[in-house]
Amino acid sequence: MEVRLEGLTKQFTETIAVDNVSVTFESGKLIGLLGPSGCGKSTTLFMISGLLKPTKGKIYFGNDDVTNLAPEKRGIGLVFQNYALYPHMTVQQNIMFPLENLKLSRQEALERTKEMATLVGINELLDRKPAQLSGGQQQRVAIARALVKKPRVLLLDEPLSNLDARLRLQTREEIRRIQRETGITTIFVTHDQEEAMSISDKIIVMSKGLVQQEGIPQVVYNKPINLFVSKFLGNPPINTFDGKISNGKIIIGDIELGKTNCNDQNVVIGIRPEDFKVAEDGFEVSITDLSRIGRDTTVYFNLNGIETRALINSEEVSTVNKIKLKVKREKIHLFNPEAGDCINE
Amino acid sequence: MNKFSTFKTKFNDLRWRMRNYKNDVKSLITNFFDKIYIGRIFKLNFFKGMLYLSPALILILIFTLYPIINSLLMAFYENYTPVDGMIDGFTLDNFKSVLKPGFLVAIKNTALIVFVSVPISVIISLFISVMLNSVKFLKSFFQTIFFLPYVTNTIAIGLVFSLMFDFDYGLINSILEFVGNTFVGDFFDLFGVTISPLHWKDSQATYATAMTTLLIYTIWGSLAFKIMVFTAGLQNIDKQYYDAAKVDGTSKWRIFTKITVPLLSPMIAYITITSFIGAFKSYTTVVALFGETGRTAGSVDLRTIVFYIYGYIMNGNALNPGELSRGAAASLMLFGIILVFTVIQMYVNKKRVHY
Ligand SMILES: Nc1ncnc2c1ncn2[C@@H]1O[C@H](COP(=O)(O)OP(=O)(O)O)[C@@H](O)[C@H]1O
Ligand SMILES: [Mg+2]
Repeated sequence: MEVRLEGLTKQFTETIAVDNVSVTFESGKLIGLLGPSGCGKSTTLFMISGLLKPTKGKIYFGNDDVTNLAPEKRGIGLVFQNYALYPHMTVQQNIMFPLENLKLSRQEALERTKEMATLVGINELLDRKPAQLSGGQQQRVAIARALVKKPRVLLLDEPLSNLDARLRLQTREEIRRIQRETGITTIFVTHDQEEAMSISDKIIVMSKGLVQQEGIPQVVYNKPINLFVSKFLGNPPINTFDGKISNGKIIIGDIELGKTNCNDQNVVIGIRPEDFKVAEDGFEVSITDLSRIGRDTTVYFNLNGIETRALINSEEVSTVNKIKLKVKREKIHLFNPEAGDCINE
Repeated sequence: MNKFSTFKTKFNDLRWRMRNYKNDVKSLITNFFDKIYIGRIFKLNFFKGMLYLSPALILILIFTLYPIINSLLMAFYENYTPVDGMIDGFTLDNFKSVLKPGFLVAIKNTALIVFVSVPISVIISLFISVMLNSVKFLKSFFQTIFFLPYVTNTIAIGLVFSLMFDFDYGLINSILEFVGNTFVGDFFDLFGVTISPLHWKDSQATYATAMTTLLIYTIWGSLAFKIMVFTAGLQNIDKQYYDAAKVDGTSKWRIFTKITVPLLSPMIAYITITSFIGAFKSYTTVVALFGETGRTAGSVDLRTIVFYIYGYIMNGNALNPGELSRGAAASLMLFGIILVFTVIQMYVNKKRVHY
């Protein structure tokens, strides 16, 4: 089921939490709604679920306008940030709860519950209470409860934020697998860019209630539309420098990085740490610090007054503390210093 | 402004020094106790704990424990005269003489108050709290209204109730008279029920009407505290449970029975047990409505068990040896009844309450 938002706006008494958002969540895809805390992701999700009424704008499920439809009529499954499992019910009762409101025989309900428990892998926990489960297990129960009604859309609000690092990695693969197996349209809210990039078919980056950029994760990563997106995606983060374009050359301080046919102007130059390459014809920098993790080495140096990180192949780092680096032209991101927009040739 | 901030700095300085001083004293005491070692069982912590508890313990010993033991013994004294403390020996006759027909009526009255007023008031207050919790407009105003009875004197409210249930100019009878003359009255006439003013509590009141008045009064008076506790409990329930239920299309009634009540069950259990105990000890409500005799002018007896106990205590003088012992015997029986019911409830709660 395709979900489409048209000019969706939510204004709370003071803040505009979501500002004129128009995006499409394609059918059968896992889509990551990504942005820093407080940017309006949850608000968007709750408007899609129907728990919050939009101030303006429309929500379409396929061709149906569901803007004024009650949550239970939309056919959605919702997983809350802290799971909201009913503490007084067993796992089985929790998963079955949504079915009790449907016209379904008990036998059928039990079968569906079993089916969901198998899907998320919690078969042997059905008689436990939520308090007797680990965070990861609670998470699975919450997903099973959201899916048991066979919803058209699955909404997940920061589903991994309450898990520890190792479980988070494991559970996100699990979510990916469940989404693949069921083929359900899934909207996945997170503030963790790595999480979104690693499992999403498409990401939508939000900031301050506005959609900044949407697209396939790698494309958004390689072609950030503005400074915010370039800084928000990537770990370690992108290096940014105040530079200028002069006579068709991209210049930081007294170093020439490459050529361009843009007009002369001041620019913000963004270079991702992994885009520096060791090259004989590059510019020379003095290494201030090194940290070697297996195949990769992070090299720290000072470039025109900015503490800079470069990620390079360990074999190419000699013991000398000078190194010559180069960046490919298409890996140099140019941004307008005022608006932060990307400058394209 | 500047003067004020200097003062503030000095004040905070002083507070800091006082805290240091307190910590010094504390470590002094701890060090002192660390040096004392009293056997293997009475280790330091026990000793220290007892020291901290001692003010409360001493008061409890004098004003609670001693009287309890004393009244326990008193129930078995024969011909006890409180003036000189003389007894003729020990006996079980006190219990026998308490169990006369009048006391059985008191047990019946008390049981009615307990088993009718407590369940009804718990259910009503639960509904009112849930509704209060869902209104947004003028919420605290309504909360204040429902809480007013709690801060008002029982006897004063009793006077108001007496007026409301008055035969000639009471509000209730005015309403009954009005309703009786409308189509509702005609409708009930079809079934042989006449809606007309009733003798609630005057000399012509029957047991049924007088008890009904008492029950309504008891229920109404006990709502306030329960509503307050339930409202506080409801505010502690995570809103997301309701969101989750809403997404799944759960009806209001099912949300109430399957989510609100179970999540509130510790509070409900607490309120039910304490209300049962309180209702077993009913006394002021009867006095407030029917005066110190506990009877209507037409001699309908509404006295409770505690009424009897107080009666024995007030008669307990040199001329009536043994009255106090009978009072003690009656309280012991009340204690037994309350104990049995509380244990039963605890047992039931263990199975049904989700902590
Ligand atoms: N019920 C509310 N009332 C007022 N402001 C709210 C409410 N819910 C969220 N906001 C505000 O809206 C903005 C977006 O919130 P939210 O959607 O929860 O962000 P996030 O992206 O972290 O999920 C925040 O500034 C938040 O303070
Ligand atoms: Mg959020």
